[in-house]
Amino acid sequence: MRKSMFAWLLLCMIMAALPAQADIMSDLHLMKDQMRKMQEKMDKMEAELQAAKKDKAAVPEDASQREISPLAQFKQAAPAQLASTTRSDANVFNPQISFILNGGYRAFTQNPARFSVPGFALGDASGLGDRGLGINESEMNFASNVDNSFFASATLSLAPQGGLAVEEAFVQTLGLPGGVTIKGGRFFSGIGYINQFHPHHDDFIDRSLANRVFLNNIFGGDGLQARWLAPTETFFELGGEVLRGDRYPGGGAALRGAGAWDIFAKMGGDVGFSNSWLAGISWLGTKSVARESFDNNGVVSGTFDGDNRLIIGSLVWKWAPQGNPVDRNFKLQSEVFHGREKGAFTDAAGLRGLYTNNHWGGYAEAVYQFTQGWDVGVRHSMVVANNAGSAVLPGSVLDSAGIHPNRTSFVLGYANSEFSRFRLQYSLDKSQAVSDHQLALQYIILIGAHGGHQF
Amino acid sequence: MRTWIKLCLMFVAMQGSAWQAQAAIHVFACEPEWAALVGELGGGDVSVYTATSALQDPHHIQARPSLIARMRGSDLVIATGAQLEIGWLPILLRQSANPAIQPGKAGYFEAAAFVRMLEVPTSMDRIQGDVHPGGNPHIQTDPRNILRVAAAINQRLQQLDATHANEYQQRFIDFSDRWQAALQRWQMMAAPLRGVKIIAYHKGWAYMLNWLGIQAVGIIEPVAGVSPGAAHLAELLAGQKSDPAAMVIYAAYQDDKASDWLGQRTGIPVVKLPFSVGGTDKSGDLFALYDDTIHRLLKALNR
Repeated sequence: MRKSMFAWLLLCMIMAALPAQADIMSDLHLMKDQMRKMQEKMDKMEAELQAAKKDKAAVPEDASQREISPLAQFKQAAPAQLASTTRSDANVFNPQISFILNGGYRAFTQNPARFSVPGFALGDASGLGDRGLGINESEMNFASNVDNSFFASATLSLAPQGGLAVEEAFVQTLGLPGGVTIKGGRFFSGIGYINQFHPHHDDFIDRSLANRVFLNNIFGGDGLQARWLAPTETFFELGGEVLRGDRYPGGGAALRGAGAWDIFAKMGGDVGFSNSWLAGISWLGTKSVARESFDNNGVVSGTFDGDNRLIIGSLVWKWAPQGNPVDRNFKLQSEVFHGREKGAFTDAAGLRGLYTNNHWGGYAEAVYQFTQGWDVGVRHSMVVANNAGSAVLPGSVLDSAGIHPNRTSFVLGYANSEFSRFRLQYSLDKSQAVSDHQLALQYIILIGAHGGHQF
Repeated sequence: MRTWIKLCLMFVAMQGSAWQAQAAIHVFACEPEWAALVGELGGGDVSVYTATSALQDPHHIQARPSLIARMRGSDLVIATGAQLEIGWLPILLRQSANPAIQPGKAGYFEAAAFVRMLEVPTSMDRIQGDVHPGGNPHIQTDPRNILRVAAAINQRLQQLDATHANEYQQRFIDFSDRWQAALQRWQMMAAPLRGVKIIAYHKGWAYMLNWLGIQAVGIIEPVAGVSPGAAHLAELLAGQKSDPAAMVIYAAYQDDKASDWLGQRTGIPVVKLPFSVGGTDKSGDLFALYDDTIHRLLKALNR
């Protein structure tokens, strides 16, 4: 089934690219003609330039001289502009460099070290961090066009306890025909909606319970991504990735280091001037070999061997009066997850049993910026565990104990400028049998040159 | 289900073929003034998509899916440049998977490269807000710049579509004649505005002030991208006593609250200017843009 789908995809891509090929011959003739004309034009311009040079000496450089014909001014203005942008130092080739600092304060009524979601074997990054004051990972980003064909970006993260990690480091094509873009290296996966963004882009201090449970906060890895953008007025994009598969929900870099693969389709557009939307569906498959799951103290709670399938549906709707989000805007965002796993689970005591699951989850959030700089938001997130097999023992990690884990968060955000943001967030966390009231304060500071974000 | 997906893909692929087969140059204009200009110069040989409206802040546009899709099918992108679109255009270019319109190619055009830039900063520090290293990018507020950009767009259109070179040249000469006449008309109309003092919402008007000889004695939002504080507004009120301005001006896309407040406190008129084509009811084309701008300024002056 998968093979034949890919064959069809390829056929369609070729069809879309064909007309461009057919035009090449006529283009060549045109180019010849064009070059001849340009030569004539250049000769003429040279003569004009000589004349203009003489003019320039006679006309004073005063902006209030409104009697000059604008065309004559055009001739004068061009050299002035060139002079101001000419630099000879190698510095101008530096990539754009930015640093993102963030940190804050967290308070929990329950001990965060005991965080768990009954019925789920969690990855190592699904928890919420420690109590009290502290900084989070600082991010350093370098991005630039490499040459006329490639763009590259590297994001390094500095953990507060020390150490440098490569969060993303990828190169992406700019010049492929037919609407195809290929990206390679280490990157955040394009599945779902929010997964591909760095956390400083988010409207809440942390990711939803569903993102943390199903994707271990953020899913990514080392691999290759191909995307095809349809030549239509409505945005339609197809993409696929092959990744190493050493990250949750995969594990162990199975299949000789190609243990995760996914495809996604995204569609989007505008409704009038004020509304825009983006919808997507993604399918992720991973094969796990001895994938470890953890409790919130970093202690291994078990290992899983088998197959994982995850489907994510996503929808984002943004509103801004007349399409101008500066003063007021509204954003509605939701993702739904359905995951299935089949294999064997070995618990911390070494007891191995058969295991299948059929998990559901999702979140919905709404954020409203009511005046420039200030926004409020609410998010509800939930996950549902369905476990079966001989590994599911009462009282074990896989025992959901009839609990329906969910979490509701309220956020108030303030931005002094687009480079400095502050947030206050309250969450009622019912991931476990006892409710946890959580309060968090956060700052995000951006220094240097940082490009804008995707929709 | 599978057949359905296949049919969908076939349809999408075929729609693409049909679109490419059309003759006209597809132009993606980042701002309405360039859309109007390329419409004048390209006539029926171009089909123009306008990425933003005059009611949107061109600094803050979201890289919406619709913009990416439109850029994918474009042959020519016309931007203002000078980092005006720095927050969104680079993402669109990168996501568009369109090699023809990448910077450096003939399909990418920056208007600011063809005019003399004003307010080029000598020092760069974000304490001044989100400054533009290349100078003030709002070059369209001076109609003399429009003609300079028109000459450059004309050349680019002829380069991209040599078969219609004569038509482009003809339209340019025609536009240039009409524009020269209009420039003389505007100059006479705007003569009373020379030397008038104003307070502007943000530093978006440098080129217009230079053109009409108007003097800005105060800026409501002095730090670009940061809302004005109460202390600064009080300062403006105090300044009004020593060096009085005749009016407050702001662009159609800007919030009118601070401008209105200042106008009420000082008793001087508050003028909304179109800033770009379509910013007001009477600024439907390039000529009307400057007609309406001067009319509004004169009306406030004579009140």
